[in-house]
Parts: sequence; C-alpha cells; structure tokens
Amino acid sequence: MRSAAASLLIVIIANFLLPAASATVPLTNTLSASASASASASASASASASASASAPVASRAQSGYHFQSSDTQSLQDDDFKNPGMLWVDTGRQYFNDATGSKNKACASCHKKLASSVATTFPKMNQHLGAVVNLTTQIQHCRSQHQQAEPIDYESETALALTAYLANHARGQRADHHVLAPPATLKQSVEDGGRYFNQRRGQLNLSCHNCHQDSVGKMLRGDLISHGQSNGYPIYRLEWQSLGSLHRRFRACDIGVRAQPQALGIDTYINLEAYLKQRGAGLLIETPAVRR
Amino acid sequence: MKRRTLLLGAATGLALQLAPHVYAKRLKATMALFYGEETITVGRVHLKTPPLAENGNSVSLVVDVESPMTENDYVREIRIFADNNPVPMLASYQFSPAAGKAGVATRIRLSNSQTITAVARLNDGTLWSGSSETIVTLAACVDPLL
Amino acid sequence: MKTRISIPATAKKGDILNIKTLASHPMHSGFRRDAIGALVPRDIINRFRCEYQGQLVFEAKFGPGTAANPFLSFHLRADERGNVVFIWIDQQGERTEELRFLDIVDDEY
Repeated sequence: MRSAAASLLIVIIANFLLPAASATVPLTNTLSASASASASASASASASASASASAPVASRAQSGYHFQSSDTQSLQDDDFKNPGMLWVDTGRQYFNDATGSKNKACASCHKKLASSVATTFPKMNQHLGAVVNLTTQIQHCRSQHQQAEPIDYESETALALTAYLANHARGQRADHHVLAPPATLKQSVEDGGRYFNQRRGQLNLSCHNCHQDSVGKMLRGDLISHGQSNGYPIYRLEWQSLGSLHRRFRACDIGVRAQPQALGIDTYINLEAYLKQRGAGLLIETPAVRR
Repeated sequence: MKRRTLLLGAATGLALQLAPHVYAKRLKATMALFYGEETITVGRVHLKTPPLAENGNSVSLVVDVESPMTENDYVREIRIFADNNPVPMLASYQFSPAAGKAGVATRIRLSNSQTITAVARLNDGTLWSGSSETIVTLAACVDPLL
Repeated sequence: MKTRISIPATAKKGDILNIKTLASHPMHSGFRRDAIGALVPRDIINRFRCEYQGQLVFEAKFGPGTAANPFLSFHLRADERGNVVFIWIDQQGERTEELRFLDIVDDEY
C-alpha cells in the first residue's frame, strides 16, 4: 500500500517536473515582433534591440519594454488603456489638493515644478542627512511641510504622487546627475553596485547573474530582462496594480529565497541609485506596463 | 504518519492533475444551463485572443459578430466561456440595434492555457459561435500581495 | 472609483462610434491569496451599462474573469444630440455614473 502510494506520488511529481508540450512554443517570434513594434514607441530606450531574443545583450542598457509581449507593449503604448495612467490622474489631483494642518497642496510650494524633477532622484537630502528617492522625499514633504498624516511607502497616495511626477518627466533621460554623481551620492551608488553583484538567498543568485549574465534567456515562462528601472512605478500585470521599484526588489529577493527588506530602506535606495547609473541613456517610461 | 502524508501528497497531486477536467465539466454544465439542447452553429462570430499570453491576469479579448444591427436583424447577446477557468462564464454582453455594431474589446483573466468560446444569440433565436486558443505562461518571480 | 471615457464630442447622424471605457477597480476574484495565505474575498464590478436616448445600448455583465481595472470598448450609432450615460455597478450595488454630451452635426452645413 505504501509503495503504491509512493509510486503514484512519484509519477505525479514527475508530471510536473517534465516540461509540458505547450511550453515549447518558441518565444523568439514574439520578441522580434515586439522589437519592430517598439521601434516606433515613443519612450523606447536609446539602445535599441539589435540583439535577437536568444543572444544576451550584456553591455548595453535596454528597457524592459523590449522584453514584453506585443500585447503588453500595446497596453503601455496606449495612454487611454494603460491602467497605470489611472494613478497618474489621481496623482495630479493629489498634487493640487490642499491637505494637512497647514492646508497646503504640493502645488502651493512647488509652484513652478520642473518636469525633470523625477530624474534628479535619488539624491542627498541635507536636512535628513540621508539619500532619498522620490517617494521617501514625498513622504517627508507630506509629514514635515504639509503637516499631514504620514503616508506609507506603497500607499495609493504615495504611488499616485510618485507616478504623476515620474510621468511628468516621461521621455527624458532618467539618469540626470547620477551619471556624474556628486560626492554625496557616490557612496550610495557604490553600495548599490556591491548589492547588485552580491549573491544572496537560498538560490545564491545575485542581480548580476540574471540581469547581466542571462539577459534574453528564459526563466520558466519568463524572458529575462536587463533589470532596468526607467519605467517605474510600473503597472505590473502580476500585481494587477501600480507598484514601486522597491516592491519589485522585494519580489526579486523572494524569488531567490532571500529575506526581503523594508520598502524605502537605504539598501534599496542605494540599489536604485546604482541602477540609474547602470541604465544610463534610458528614457523615463512611467507608467510602464510589465508582466 | 508517514503513510498518511504520502497519501495526502498523492491525493493533492492527483487533484491538481484533475483540475482541467473538473473545469471542463463545469463548462459543459454551464452551457447546458444556458443553451440546453439547442444547436450552436460555428460561424459569424470572430473571437480573437493572443496565441500566447505572458500573464493570465490581463489577456486581450476582441469579439465581433457579423450582423447589420437593424431592428429586424441584430445580435441580442454574446456570452464568453472558458474551458479551464474556475468560473466557466467570463462575461455576457447585451446589445440593442442602437449599438450599430455587435462587438466588444476587453481584457479577461485566464487561469491557465485554454480554449475560449464566444456564443452569440441573434434576435431570431439562433446561436452562433467562434473560439480561440491561448497559451498562458507565468512570470518567474511572483510575490504575494506585499 | 476613477473612470476614463473616450467618446467623440461630435458626430454625424448615423455614424457608428467606438466608445472606450476604463474604470479603476481591483476586481478581486476571490481566488487569490494574500501574504499570509488568507483568501482575498471577491470584490468586483459586475455590471456596466451604456444608455442613450433613454434606451439601453450596451450592457456587460461580468464575473471574476474580467481583468482588474476593467477596460471595455463597444459601439454606438449616433442619432440625436443628447447625453450618453455610463453606469458601473459593483457587487454591493454601488453605482458610479458618468455623462457625456454627444453633439450631432448636420451634413447640410
């Protein structure tokens, strides 16, 4: 009885481990189709998809847009259909709504906000004595300058405001001054680079292993991208919602069975600073649509 | 204890293998509920879903039915069915001749690779159908809701 | 609930217009689990109606099989100038209504 159950279990497990017939559908067609479609995309990266789907593109920065199916790309291309734009709309509203005990809107102080403001982050905030990204800066403004209820990193308000401001800079180079970082940011970029190359988790993988060494290869049903940040916050189909870059970092950490860290933590901000430098030349695509 | 764990594992594995069969049965029962023994002719209904969806949470669906949409000849409703989803009927769409065209584009959820079928009922009572197959893959790094 | 509607402001009588709508809603299917493994209960918009000239033009009834932030594109034949009404109803019966004015231009001018 025991051996019969064991052999049944082994048969069933074997069924799951063996690739199903349907998984052999070639995805190279999808990528080359989407590569030609993306040539006309407004926010496509400077480094175009010269590589075919199978050849890893190690050195040049490529937007994650090129690693999505054409159906997903079509969602990003259409501002009406792009669900991420719902957050941008909300963010525009929040930016102009007065709030807090001082009854001030973001717009009250930031009367003439440069469209490029999102590209200047992460940066050193002298008052806090720490490197902040756009979201943690917004959180700080909210509680300090507007004297309003503090907002969570991944709250609807924080996401909407971040998406609105990043979308404001859509089409601009994401890296701004991170390319030649001031001394205050250099340490952050270095720390981020160290994190990027450090193996972690039970699977003992570093960001580099997938997003540099294995670009263009398949990870189960997923085509491994270059791991860029120029589209964030993104509407991720898996989340069915807009989400932040730090949320994606957490997903990657969980993916390699490492301990995910808190949203907004300095480790992730440093990684963000490094990614911006690594993605030099890419243009902001917020809100990008990714699977 | 060991035997019980093994049996439980075997049973779960078996159940997971049977899920598509369960869903297909549910679909049959649902269609019987709506259409009974009526004839459904394949034709006039053009259903388009992508051959490969990289995430089942949002898959494009476009359905169009050939019809002049006049007071005497129009499509009354289109129902969309899936054969490998926990809920077999995805949606039903009702039209009046004032729509001008019997067509809908939307985004659906597919829990797995499957065949999607659209069944249209015309004002004269006849049923027409069209279908489309989609393979669904999944992102590699999935996280629970934060 | 935020909504987006794409409909031409003017049309000629008899034109068949393509209307697009998008609504912000998580459309929790009731099948997904949260971070601690508990089922997230079903919470969906289950009906959408488009009315014009006091008549129903198009109605959609959906279950959890429709994606989050539901997108719907359908058609309407322009007739007389007037309001086109868009109604979303969720499973609790809460309605969200939007109006768009459709102006009809005469061919003769």
